[in-house]
Amino acid sequence: MGQVSQGSSGFQLGAAEPHGGAFLAQPPSSRRGSRRSASGVARVVILVVILAFLLVPLVGMIEFSTRGDYGARSLDSYAAIFSYPNMVDGIVTSLEIAALTVLGMLALLVPTMVWTVVRVPRMRRVVEFLCLLPLAFPAIVLVVGIVPIYRWMGQNLGAIGASPLTLALIDIILVLPYSYRAIDSSMRSIDTATLADASRSLGASWPRTILQIIVPNLRGGILSASVLAIALVLGEYTISSLLSFQTLQVVIFLLGKRDPYVSVAVSFGALIFAFVLLFVISRFAPGAVHRGQHTVEEPA
Amino acid sequence: MTATVANSSVAGHGVAVAFEDLHRWYGSVHALDGLTIDIAPGELIALLGPSGCGKTTALRALGGLDEADAGRILVDGADITHVPTNKRNMGIVFQAYSLFPNMTARDNVGYGLRLRGVDPAARKRRADEALDLVGLQPQAGRYPHQMSGGQQQRVALARALAIEPKVLLLDEPLSALDAKVRRQLREEIRRIQLMLGITTLFVTHDQEEALAMGDRVGVMSAGRLEQIAAPAELYDRPKTRFVAEFVGLTNRMPGTADGDRVVVGGTSVPLLPGSAGRGPVIALVRPENIRLTALTDGAAASAGPGTARVVATSFLGSLGRTQVVLPDGSLVVAQTAASDSSILVPDTAVRLEVAPNPVFTVEPEPASSSAATAVA
Ligand SMILES: Nc1ncnc2c1ncn2[C@@H]1O[C@H](COP(=O)(O)OP(=O)(O)O)[C@@H](O)[C@H]1O
Ligand SMILES: [Mg+2]
Repeated sequence: MGQVSQGSSGFQLGAAEPHGGAFLAQPPSSRRGSRRSASGVARVVILVVILAFLLVPLVGMIEFSTRGDYGARSLDSYAAIFSYPNMVDGIVTSLEIAALTVLGMLALLVPTMVWTVVRVPRMRRVVEFLCLLPLAFPAIVLVVGIVPIYRWMGQNLGAIGASPLTLALIDIILVLPYSYRAIDSSMRSIDTATLADASRSLGASWPRTILQIIVPNLRGGILSASVLAIALVLGEYTISSLLSFQTLQVVIFLLGKRDPYVSVAVSFGALIFAFVLLFVISRFAPGAVHRGQHTVEEPA
Repeated sequence: MTATVANSSVAGHGVAVAFEDLHRWYGSVHALDGLTIDIAPGELIALLGPSGCGKTTALRALGGLDEADAGRILVDGADITHVPTNKRNMGIVFQAYSLFPNMTARDNVGYGLRLRGVDPAARKRRADEALDLVGLQPQAGRYPHQMSGGQQQRVALARALAIEPKVLLLDEPLSALDAKVRRQLREEIRRIQLMLGITTLFVTHDQEEALAMGDRVGVMSAGRLEQIAAPAELYDRPKTRFVAEFVGLTNRMPGTADGDRVVVGGTSVPLLPGSAGRGPVIALVRPENIRLTALTDGAAASAGPGTARVVATSFLGSLGRTQVVLPDGSLVVAQTAASDSSILVPDTAVRLEVAPNPVFTVEPEPASSSAATAVA
């Protein structure tokens, strides 16, 4: 965890910089002491407010989804998830879409970004702009634009065209802004252009350079980009529902009308899944250690 | 110098390299403006010039990292202008941060061999040999971040050499290091280069480095080669104004030229070809061509045109450097024997003489003073 908080691995989710460090290192004096306690109180208050803001809905979900008969607590709602075949299908579909989205996003972004940095650095701004663009479009606008394409695919591409997995195509676009940021900050922590030049001069082709040299050094950024993509896909509702695909969130919504307890249980389960994923990845994402900068003194 | 050139071309398997009228534009910037250089097999050419003059562009063109817009590059007689980098077999050492952070020193060095299908055992052996060459075999298992800047550059050198490249290209490989390491490493690079006899292009903006390392030094300015010559010749017989002013420390002293000779500081000295030839000129005089003699009080009283006053003296080990002010107020730096530094204390009156070695002269600039300029 400690490595993640160094902020340069490209892993940005929940990786807050420990801000108090420099301040606490100051020599204590009475004035500083009083200021410190004042700002300390402010910090605690802010922390509590934010935690409450984040946690209250979660606590509410736990409370609601564990209601049993006659005021008892029970996990029946969780057990019942698997008695709804639609729900299981929805979960599987969403996970499949998430996997496709991650693969597609990486295949699209990594080579493009490397190529931009190495060969046409002046286009970096343009690529960034294009990647951030999806943030500007409301989902409904996207859908209106995309429906004809999906209709065409459904009619002409047979089973593949009608499959909910085609949602991955839109999701790749939706996750671009977040994934771009994650990978970009990781690329800035290494000298991507020089590494690529070095690798090429040693005889590596472009694909090898990207796979053997660049990608391993962008692991942190790629992992967080992937987590972001998965979280986004698992939480995506509007577009799936407008295109009438039965993904996780759509099923949760439909089920919510019939069995709200199970629907909240699934939502909570999805959140926990995302948290666990985040945690696991923050444990295994590389920190700031593997960098070109030398931190070692010259030997005498 | 001549001896080392001969040795390396005999001992080595170096190849000849030629830049032929190379041009490169970046938008409106003419980064290479008809660059032409012939490099002999096994020779180390130091490419020297101010920042932005196109040195890196030239090196990248040879390494294939960047294409030229016009002109040709020949290696061993073959036109490689359009061969991609990964097919050129050139060893390139970059300024810094070029080691693969996710690999140990050994894996970095072995990477080029891995690409060439060398089996792991042979790869390890050859990587260790290359690391041994730069004195880092014991550190083979370390990651780049566990090594100092100097060690990282040694590994980068070993990595470039491990693929047995046709040509070794170094782009300011020492500029990120501190002075002491820089000097050690430059001697080591030269030693290894001579031992292997590999044709080498060494790019630097540090003239001391260039003069110390190069068989020949090419001075570049604004995308062109100003002069390429052995270090001593470049220093003593600059061909252009740019070289005369850029290389070494020079004093700008007023003089009067008559086409063949110039009278400066009371001495008539021959002009170098390319000099401004007639009338009032500025002579570019090296500190070692200026002699100072301390005057007795009586002689100082009858101050003549060759009389100056000491402003400051600096002690540089075996030599000293003394700054004097002429009657007209201009400053001149002279190289003096270290033992004289006790005599040439500030305010001493001295007689200044210019040695009769050829000098380069330039047109006087109307608005500029004739102060001593240390062109770094
Ligand atoms: N990729 C590039 N894009 C635009 N201009 C460049 C690029 N590379 C170099 N230049 C320009 O070309 C000129 C020569 O650059 P360079 O070869 O790097 O100089 P040097 O290595 O001698 O400092 C400079 O004016 C520089 O600004
Ligand atoms: Mg450069």
